[in-house]
Amino acid sequence: MEYLLLQVLNGVQLGLLMFLLAAGLTLTLGIMDLVNLAHGSLYMIGAYIAWTLIGVTDSFVLGALLALPATFLVGVAVEIVVIRRLYARDHLTQVLATFGLILFFNELVRALWGPGGKSIAVPTFLNRTIEILPGVPYPAYRFAIIVVGAAVAILLAWLVARTRLGMLIRAGASNRRMIGALGVNIELLFSLVFGLGAVFAGLAGLMAAPIASVRIGMGDDILILALVIIVIGGIGSIKGAFIAAMVVGQIDIVGRAFLPDMLKTFMSSSAASSAAPAISQVLVYVLMAAVLVWRPTGLFGQRT
Amino acid sequence: MRDLLSSLRTPRGIATALILLVLAALPLLTQAFDQRYLLSIGTRIVIWSIAAVSLNMILGYGGLVSFGHAMFFGVGGYAVGILSAHGVSSGWIQWPVALLAATAWAALIGALSLRTRGLYFIMITLAFAQLVYYVGSGLEAYGGDDGLNISRSRFPGLIDLRDKANFYWLCFALLCASLWFCNRYANSRFGLVIRGAKSNELRMTALGFPVFRYRLAAFTISGAFGGLAGILLANEGAYISPAMMSWVKSGDLIVIIVLGGMGTLFGPLYGTIAFFVLEEALPPILNLAHKGWGEYWMIVFGPLLVLIALYARGGIDSLLGRRHD
Repeated sequence: MEYLLLQVLNGVQLGLLMFLLAAGLTLTLGIMDLVNLAHGSLYMIGAYIAWTLIGVTDSFVLGALLALPATFLVGVAVEIVVIRRLYARDHLTQVLATFGLILFFNELVRALWGPGGKSIAVPTFLNRTIEILPGVPYPAYRFAIIVVGAAVAILLAWLVARTRLGMLIRAGASNRRMIGALGVNIELLFSLVFGLGAVFAGLAGLMAAPIASVRIGMGDDILILALVIIVIGGIGSIKGAFIAAMVVGQIDIVGRAFLPDMLKTFMSSSAASSAAPAISQVLVYVLMAAVLVWRPTGLFGQRT
Repeated sequence: MRDLLSSLRTPRGIATALILLVLAALPLLTQAFDQRYLLSIGTRIVIWSIAAVSLNMILGYGGLVSFGHAMFFGVGGYAVGILSAHGVSSGWIQWPVALLAATAWAALIGALSLRTRGLYFIMITLAFAQLVYYVGSGLEAYGGDDGLNISRSRFPGLIDLRDKANFYWLCFALLCASLWFCNRYANSRFGLVIRGAKSNELRMTALGFPVFRYRLAAFTISGAFGGLAGILLANEGAYISPAMMSWVKSGDLIVIIVLGGMGTLFGPLYGTIAFFVLEEALPPILNLAHKGWGEYWMIVFGPLLVLIALYARGGIDSLLGRRHD
């Protein structure tokens, strides 16, 4: 029972990280109608910048806080140099160009930081366990991810539902030409939203760094998962992205944690431990295929 | 025949004829100049061209952006590899089974994917490709993530595929057959429906064509040729692994199609050659500019892709003059 609770919490933590990544992606897709495969590169760059800044400042919190505006600037720069030219183009052009950006950023990071992976240590004040329930310890750092992730999700929900920027974002998602005609500075809005998405991606990258590792291409696989999440949730829907991220997080973790034991009942233990992660990944894609077959525009997507 | 001769007088015809001639004679050329390494690159170029031709049938002519075409490499390759691992080494069994598997898989996922449109179609094909990828990496008995060494298919009494030149010529013959088929496909009534649905699906539907069924048939045919490329790829390296169907390979195939010219017969061939030549030539060129830069050739290649996507959508084919059809 305790084990189940811990695994569910791990699933929530993974789901929140993926939500941070998916939120930026679904905003750019919903508002600018832009497929941005290079979103995973911003996740990677956030983590690498954080690694450098944490080394310079010798403080995890300070380094992480400084890395966020830095990632914002990288995001805005990418938007101005390349992305801006892609809004009016078809999806194929966007896929191709942002695929080129991935190759560029992976190689750039390799040239700047070297081919080896980096690791960010868990900050000392979080390097312990806390009791989430009496007698049930849980790593404090993972708990912190859940707290920060949930806080950002609430902040984002507030931003989208209650602020002027959020109003423009929602208006842009339903009819971007109209808000331009009403005199909204669309260029600025798009740059801001893209930069915001970059910050969320960078935040997810640097928070994941102490658990996984900082390496080249770290954003590529999780990007695909994030794309799956926004497609399940419905493009442009923050609520859909959140729900889908939570479901995918649970499938992934529960698959890894419980499938090996189930599989061992009828196959060898080494085969079971290698098949389980693959099966939990397969389940995610089966879920997506099922959702799309059932509702071709995702759970909360707008019908066309 | 007269068409063929008259097309030889255009720059496109001359370029294509030269490329095909060089490809046909490649084993002799590499032997004469003692560049065996080039033959293995040439083999991969020819195999990838077949895959690109097959993707072009749906992406180029049909406007269906499939972002998971490398999965057919996997289905074809793994069918051969799994049979080989169980001691079935005869190509007479391996190849038909692999082709059937790729065709059936294409029909199944085509039926599901084609219900969606635009971006959702890109994503669902990507998702199915990832699904196949993870199934491959979960097959511990067949190497899991590390992949599996296999032996080349045997066609006793007909052809010995272990001979590199023989294998190359077989691949080249299959490429010619694919190009011939694609030409027939694109100019048939069937192909015209597919191309018509690309420019205006609503109008084709209003004209009474069951667009979904046509597209499903095209997707299935394309998957079968993709599976053929997978069979050849597994034989070329005598090796199968999930890496042969990673999503990056699917991206590479799209790059190749756009680079060569979407919806043109020989575009995929030009694109594949250009892609491999860039991959081989950029590092040495960059090293000439500054020692050590060659290692980071993708820093140049990535932005090049961005520029191609933005400004050169006609691809190499459009450099060869206007098209008549």
